Amino acid sequence: MAGDPREGRIVVVGASLAGLRAAETLREQGFVGSLTVVGDEPHPPYDRPPLSKQVLLGHAAADGTGLPMRRDPDAEWRLGVPATGLDPLRKRVLLADGEWLPYDRLLIATGTRARPWPNPEEAVLDGVFTLRTCDDAGRLAERLAAGPRRVLVIGGGFTGSEIASACRERGLEVTVTERGPAPLVGALGGTLSKLAAGVQRAHGVDLRCGVTVTALRGDGMGRFVGADLSDGARVEADVCVVALGAVRNVEWLADAGLAAGPRGVACDAGCRAFDMYGIVTDDVFVAGDVSRFPHPLFEYQLLSLEHWGNAVAQAEVAAHNMVSPGPLRRPHLSLPSFWSSQFGLNIKSVGVPTFSDQIVLAQGTLEARRLAVVYGYRGRVTAAVTVNMAKSLEYYQHLIETAAPFPPGPGAADRPLAAELTLPSDVPDSKKLSHGPTVALTGHLPDRRLTVVRHA
Amino acid sequence: MTADTLLERITDYACRPDPYPLYAELREAGRVVRQADGSHLVGTYHEINALLHDPRVSVDPRHGLVRDPGLSEQEQLPFLILDDPAHHRLRTLAMRPFGPPHSPGRVDAMRGQIAELTGELVEGLRDRAEFDLVDDFAYPLPVTVICRLLGVPREDEPLFRRWSDLVVASADVQPGEEAAERARTGRQARVEMGRYLVDLAEQRRGRPGEDMLSAFVNEPDPALRLTREELAETAVLLLIAGHETTVNLITNGVLTLLRHPDQLERLRRDPGLLPGAVEELLRYEPPVHLRRRVPLVDLDIAGSVVPKGEPLILVIASGNRDPGRFRDPDRFDPARVDNQHLGFGGGIHLCYGAPLARIEARAALGALIPRLGAVTLVEDPPPYRRNAMLRGPRHLPIRVGSL
Repeated sequence: MAGDPREGRIVVVGASLAGLRAAETLREQGFVGSLTVVGDEPHPPYDRPPLSKQVLLGHAAADGTGLPMRRDPDAEWRLGVPATGLDPLRKRVLLADGEWLPYDRLLIATGTRARPWPNPEEAVLDGVFTLRTCDDAGRLAERLAAGPRRVLVIGGGFTGSEIASACRERGLEVTVTERGPAPLVGALGGTLSKLAAGVQRAHGVDLRCGVTVTALRGDGMGRFVGADLSDGARVEADVCVVALGAVRNVEWLADAGLAAGPRGVACDAGCRAFDMYGIVTDDVFVAGDVSRFPHPLFEYQLLSLEHWGNAVAQAEVAAHNMVSPGPLRRPHLSLPSFWSSQFGLNIKSVGVPTFSDQIVLAQGTLEARRLAVVYGYRGRVTAAVTVNMAKSLEYYQHLIETAAPFPPGPGAADRPLAAELTLPSDVPDSKKLSHGPTVALTGHLPDRRLTVVRHA
Repeated sequence: MTADTLLERITDYACRPDPYPLYAELREAGRVVRQADGSHLVGTYHEINALLHDPRVSVDPRHGLVRDPGLSEQEQLPFLILDDPAHHRLRTLAMRPFGPPHSPGRVDAMRGQIAELTGELVEGLRDRAEFDLVDDFAYPLPVTVICRLLGVPREDEPLFRRWSDLVVASADVQPGEEAAERARTGRQARVEMGRYLVDLAEQRRGRPGEDMLSAFVNEPDPALRLTREELAETAVLLLIAGHETTVNLITNGVLTLLRHPDQLERLRRDPGLLPGAVEELLRYEPPVHLRRRVPLVDLDIAGSVVPKGEPLILVIASGNRDPGRFRDPDRFDPARVDNQHLGFGGGIHLCYGAPLARIEARAALGALIPRLGAVTLVEDPPPYRRNAMLRGPRHLPIRVGSL
């Protein structure tokens, strides 16, 4: 790259949290060149966590979650136009309207979309929803406000569980189906998933685990009326929310030669994308949900995270590195963390709970629904999850960062007797779940199968 | 002088106006600095922050090897000096009529009243050639606010002020032989003050007002009701903590602004900087300087072991000036961006009243700033209160118009 990295043309593809924070940071770091932000949705950047909570409860409007801007990024916004291709050799991005956008450096922050119901004819039934965008949330909130007799939520991950929680808070009957043994099991493992199952049932959720939905039924006029389950049961409902996890928005990169695939776009610790041979690029960067990045605390496996905090932190590192010469670049090392609120519980996690073989209940009790669970892998602390005990999380974060021995030592004022007992963490293979995991260890290799091609 | 006399020097009244050079000496001396009296001082940001969040570190003085013999195991203590789970239960019950999730708009709804009060107090200063910022403004404001919030008659102030002074003095970190006597009189004052507040609450049983004492005593769910002893301790804590610290925040704020006329001018021109300025004050001149803790096990702090039960003193005002955490820490910069100060503590004991304190400080400074251009300090440094833990000026005499 010739010249001052604070000059030139930067294109950011993705106009959600990561794209916005990157654009702001580029300017904060002194970038004075031209900046274009491309987004497939017509809306300016907005916040998604409230969509499955306050918006569904009617406490906030679906179009009222716009992200505050820390500063005007002085960008050209290309909203409502998805990117459809990338030509890394000629350094340009193709937009759906046929325009080519040239760049000197590119940031890929296209995130994910909701995994649709696999049967397209059933997916279009009136009353069948997914929840990812503010338009989705607006339509679903309207339908919930109309007072359906029952809502069917397919998938007991965080999104599905939060939707079920909002339904119950609105006084709506709700059925949740989960292919795994309990809700949230994919992210939190066996012990806390049992707690989640108990809490859901105590709040009146009709929770069906170990089953899948085999078909969605219409009334012949295109309206959803119910679903068939794999155990032969039938659920009658007026609304169905498909919460089967997320699909990474990588299709537009199919011919770009990058290490991009269903698990995301692989990048190095400095957010630079790998190409399909595992060679690092120096002008294509990645941030947010679409990325897979190595983390030293988790054996340098590539992590893919669907976390608000990761989008912010990684976007800031990517933006910094895009405008900094090599020796001044920074690694993205922040510890994964996320939160969820559902059924009156505040659940917070730090580290990677699925990177574990054992757990211990370190503080509090399951009965009080106020506790801290610490996860260990081969004798060191790798994650912690608190339920209604968020202020304790920072302590465990420090233990993870310093690779402290597992189980953590005694001495906590509210340490239960159970803290002497380590249990298997019981994290299932994510392939056996309805919902995709929001934290995934995705191995060490670029996510693309190479085939041997011999020239004739 | 050696580092093992630092606590003695920090608590020496002569150092009250400027303890910061001693804090710098403390940070230089190490992460954990053992004192001649057996206590351990911690003055660096990251170590303090880690200890504030460590579940193996207790606030309950009864876990100390050296303890006040008058303190019994059965005695009800305020949640400020209780560990979880007892602390959590009491704090959650005390929070019900004060903040989220049960009373989310409560503090915010007081903005109007607080603005009105500050307006009246500022009006009272008009045409005065000289005034005492503490007695005429910084003290009456939070006292009136906490009285209304709790439901304590404002005219009883002389009564509870005496108790409050004794309780606060007994909680100070102050080595010396009068400690036992101070503890005894402090405990006596706490009991009397508790009895007074419970009596007030009882008068509202069945006849609730909007105040918090009414809410406590009229709680319909027996599982959420405070016992008589819990009510007494909680009410005493809220009344004292509700004003002792905010007085210092406001007074330190005015003193700091008068010492930094350029920043005062900047705030006058750009009132949007005010919320950040309050955060910076909480870092630069926090009302609370020291907190006591006790390790429940032998604790490794940055390579030094502090044995179980030995007194641990977190010098949080020193952590706020740690160059290992803050760039240019001795500079007062209302526009500082990276400012996760320890002014409200941290962890499970993070200041309960922080949202109220922020509103009061912003209202007070917002109302005073336009008038501070033409005033001067009569004395600098001003006379300080004795307390080393809750540090702030006793009086702040101010002259209107320059000589």
